[in-house]
Amino acid sequence: MAEEIRLMKGNEAIGEAAVRAGCAAYFGYPITPQNELTAYMARQMLAKGRTFIQAESEVAAINMVYGASSTGVRAMTSSSSPGISLKQEGISYLCGADLPAVIVNVARSGPGLGGISPSQGDYFQATRGGGHGDYYTIVLAPKGVQEAADLTYEAFSISEKWRVPVLILADGLIGQMMEGVVLPEPIDPGTLPRKDWAVGHAAEMHRPYNHVTSLNLVPDELEAANRARFERYDQIKKELVRYEEIDVEDADLVFVAYGTAARVCHGALEMARAAGMRVGLFRPITLWPFPSVRLSELAEQGKHFLSVEMSMGQMVEDVRLAANGKAPVYFYGRSGGNVPSQEEVFAEVKRLMGL
Amino acid sequence: MELAYGHPKSLKSIQTKYCPGCGHGVIHRIIAEVIDEMGLQAKAIITNPVGCSIWADLYFDFDSVQPAHGRTPAASTGVKRMLPDHLVICYQGDGDLAAIGTAEIIHAANRGEKFTTIFVNNAIYGMTGGQMAPTTLVGQRATTAPEGRDPIGAGMGYPIKVCELLATLEGTKYLARGAVNNAVNIRKTKGYIRKAFEAQMRGEGFTMVEILSQCPTNWQMTPLESIEWLEKNMIAFYPLGEIKNTLGATAPGQVR
Repeated sequence: MAEEIRLMKGNEAIGEAAVRAGCAAYFGYPITPQNELTAYMARQMLAKGRTFIQAESEVAAINMVYGASSTGVRAMTSSSSPGISLKQEGISYLCGADLPAVIVNVARSGPGLGGISPSQGDYFQATRGGGHGDYYTIVLAPKGVQEAADLTYEAFSISEKWRVPVLILADGLIGQMMEGVVLPEPIDPGTLPRKDWAVGHAAEMHRPYNHVTSLNLVPDELEAANRARFERYDQIKKELVRYEEIDVEDADLVFVAYGTAARVCHGALEMARAAGMRVGLFRPITLWPFPSVRLSELAEQGKHFLSVEMSMGQMVEDVRLAANGKAPVYFYGRSGGNVPSQEEVFAEVKRLMGL
Repeated sequence: MELAYGHPKSLKSIQTKYCPGCGHGVIHRIIAEVIDEMGLQAKAIITNPVGCSIWADLYFDFDSVQPAHGRTPAASTGVKRMLPDHLVICYQGDGDLAAIGTAEIIHAANRGEKFTTIFVNNAIYGMTGGQMAPTTLVGQRATTAPEGRDPIGAGMGYPIKVCELLATLEGTKYLARGAVNNAVNIRKTKGYIRKAFEAQMRGEGFTMVEILSQCPTNWQMTPLESIEWLEKNMIAFYPLGEIKNTLGATAPGQVR
């Protein structure tokens, strides 16, 4: 049978992928530009007899995720930038308690209320933990509707495997646009195994009572827990790093861009190649762990980098750290909800090349 | 020979960190007794608040979840929705429930979430050292109300009667206020807890037992003085009894 291709909005494809991943509980709060996702989950989750709650706030929603995840089920929330800021307290607690969760940020422009147009201004917040304390979350950055669905589906098992929350960092453009998407096989949440670390079903699980907590007032014990978590992070860095390379091999100048900005750069790359310029594209898919090792290799090969972002320059700092002074790193960004055109990015390439 | 009275199975046999005269120990014990009587130890889950009873997971011998300050009703919502056949206890203090977590408790109650909140009201912040709570009485001193709570002059507002506030919400089915100042009230409070737990297991709706409790350390009194102060001042302002009971006809009417 031929694969069924459905035309879907990014927000709805993320919702459908989560439903198919066996998400048992979704908690959300209205915010533009991700409202279709919450509405989609309301329809699908309630129709399937699963849990959907429109919470009283983003703060409550992430703490409902905390409670549901404590029972070992697949739980999820979604929001957009200002709402994701409100969830940071809960994300810190999830990380401190080693609970899995999937959190979707269909990012908009900031700071403050900012605007509702797409932005990549939440890169620092996403890749540096975001809340208080020593921790990271895994950050996956889709470039379109198909990848948004694929990464959301996979995010649940990645999060469970490592017991680290996974953040899907999309933006308003990916959330709102429609593309053809092939959807993954549905998983029935009832078939997923119970977790030995979760609360509930104590007698059937034949285990001692479990205490899900991030609290520890003994400095040596808390340090040991943090060290154990960072050992897991080291393992994640070895196993999970993902990126895409286009025409990097012979390139003199390599765009480094993720998500929507990477699609724009792909267009600019084709314009540059047509003009005989050796330009490539390096697209991080995991923003944390960041593909520093590969970028460092490319820097050693003498390639120059141009970080193109829908921000005032955030990921460029990670590119500079990876290049470590071995290659020049340039930046081009638009902010305030503006998406750069491929023409303006191509113009920047010509400027850098002295043309 | 049958043991007529002993230490509850659901409560560990260890010394607590609570101060002498604190009400938490007695409250823990009567909760554990009810759980044992109902045979629910292996199905009980408590969400601990941030406050002195953050240590509840050291003492209760069943599963526990520790959420952020005030977010306990949201976390309990997540736990109970996933495990509807379990007994979920949302243990909260007055700062946790009536200040930082006001939104969470009101909306959990309004949704008729089927867990039971145990609301320990000692009219003061305990763990952080005696700051004014939303339930601090007018004129009562606290480190952040050094001349006593002054509702208008200093703009400190009035003590909040949480049971009465929540009673207006249709999702709430059982709201009772007890106290642990003497044996009679302790037994009555235990009866309220039993009724709330039974209603929860029947899936009736939101249930809460508020418990007036002593905090001699932060009230700067001896344990005996604190009991007298609670009787004279707190019970006078916060009336005891079932504030709201709209449980279904199947509910047992007896308070044990």
